[in-house]
Amino acid sequence: MNVKRKEISFYRVLSTIVLIVLAILFLFPLYWIITGSFKLNPERVPPEWFPKTWSLVHWTRLFGNPTRQPALRWFLNSLVISLLSMVLTLISSSMAGYVLAKKKFTGRRVIFIILILAMALPKQVILVPLMRLMNSLGIYNTLWAVILGSVGWPFGVFLMKQFSQGIPTELIEAAKIDGAGEIRVFLELICHLMQPAFASLAIFTFINTWNDYFLQLVMLTSRERLTIALGIATMQAEMSIDYGLIMAGAALSAIPMILIFVAFQKYFTKGITLGALKG
Amino acid sequence: MVKEKKKLSKTPTLGISHKIQRETNTTSYLFLLPFAILFISFVLIPIFIGIYTSFFDYTLKGLHFNWGKNYLDLFKDRIFWKSMGNTLLLVIVAVPCVIFFSLWAASALNDRNKALTGIFRGVFYLPVVMGTVPVIVVWKWIFNAYYGILNYLLKSAKLMPQTLRFDWLGEKSTAIWCILLILFTTSIGQPIVLYIASLGDVNKNLIEAAEVDGASRFRIFWQIKWPYIMPTTLYIGIITTINTFQCFSLIQLLTSGGPSYSTSTVMYYLYEMAFTHYQFGYANAIGVILLVVIGLFSLAELQIMRRRGAE
Repeated sequence: MNVKRKEISFYRVLSTIVLIVLAILFLFPLYWIITGSFKLNPERVPPEWFPKTWSLVHWTRLFGNPTRQPALRWFLNSLVISLLSMVLTLISSSMAGYVLAKKKFTGRRVIFIILILAMALPKQVILVPLMRLMNSLGIYNTLWAVILGSVGWPFGVFLMKQFSQGIPTELIEAAKIDGAGEIRVFLELICHLMQPAFASLAIFTFINTWNDYFLQLVMLTSRERLTIALGIATMQAEMSIDYGLIMAGAALSAIPMILIFVAFQKYFTKGITLGALKG
Repeated sequence: MVKEKKKLSKTPTLGISHKIQRETNTTSYLFLLPFAILFISFVLIPIFIGIYTSFFDYTLKGLHFNWGKNYLDLFKDRIFWKSMGNTLLLVIVAVPCVIFFSLWAASALNDRNKALTGIFRGVFYLPVVMGTVPVIVVWKWIFNAYYGILNYLLKSAKLMPQTLRFDWLGEKSTAIWCILLILFTTSIGQPIVLYIASLGDVNKNLIEAAEVDGASRFRIFWQIKWPYIMPTTLYIGIITTINTFQCFSLIQLLTSGGPSYSTSTVMYYLYEMAFTHYQFGYANAIGVILLVVIGLFSLAELQIMRRRGAE
């Protein structure tokens, strides 16, 4: 018994050490971006592990040359894309998810199976057709191409269906007996009860759309229409060792997402776990 | 579900329930409409167009039906097979590593206090939340031949000759392993969250009973926890496989498939065909192959796991 207890505590110490080492590896990019954006000469070797002097020069350079890198514009583009995708996803997914969970309509099973199959589909496979489609709609190289390219995927519907299943059917029946129509039931009862679900899906969609580099890369070409992620990638391709500038751009893209994540981590985690369950 | 339906159709229905069913249908379809429009226009139709045009010689000049020649060409295309090989390598290495490590980390975090678990979970999710591009610009710096942190560290530890400027991403022997490492750090966030949730649901009485009976930690894991979390493992295996098959941004941002296609993946090759060579029909054929392979892999994984779970 004594031996065993010792063994466990040794394992515990070991696993703690491994976890901490790995956590440092995972935290390093963030640390390096933030400190790098404030260092005077970040590219210097040997590297400064901690900035000796803090300088804002890269930040002023980032915003100071809008013809070369319209960083503020890129940031706003990302914001508009993410917000509109989020709103469209919330509306369409909550409506569809609710009826899939709570209404026994003809063809429900077939529709559900189609959605499940589409979830496993590699998004990038439809790259060329989607690009041509946006082109013929006249919205290629606009923010709408990215927005519409990202809102048709069924993840949100699936998530909302999972959440709606937890709503007691008796509540809906009771509201109907009280004379509420379908739309009122949805707007006043379902939307109210599903507030945490809306929060989960909103945060999930916002962060994922913000970071969806691939779709942005394919759909946006002119410089002033890039997103912040795409902008950093372009900056790196053009001036690969201007690390100060690139780190400031990377910080501008990453920090808002981290703040959102930290503030709403509870909803985010809930979204991941519920969205993963099958059935 | 099927049984239920049969039962329903056997019971005699009155006209009124037909009317109710019709009303339910109408409301449901109306509620589905907004999503259906988006899904059909921006997912379903593009898929069918993609499959259809993969049988065409489709370039900027126009469209000509070519009887599946794209597929025949793909079969003979050495770069395509090279890319497929690289993609399979990524999958074969990354998927077990992700499953093993995320399960280990989740188990190690499982019996600690909640706040600490939350912090670690957040840290492991960080690369996903930060976004691929910001994470990659740092890694690219780490691996850089002249300014790279890795070279500096190895030289400080006297593990590397002081004059060597090793280009980690530019050498055939190392590039793909660097990509694997980064792929790993961007892939384990979701699996850890899922495993923590799943391990938290394992019946605690059962574990306590086994402990009282003197079962070892290993045996408790293998005989109680592992069967219970099997569905989660299966799900993680499938999503990691699918995501790895689609590995693109890492390649595009770090190596552009080089040196000499040693890091090209199927997805990257598709992109190159469409955007550098404007071979749209050919690119779509690659897309269809990717679709089929991913489908087969998901099915196979499902079968294997199910059989093992049954034993």
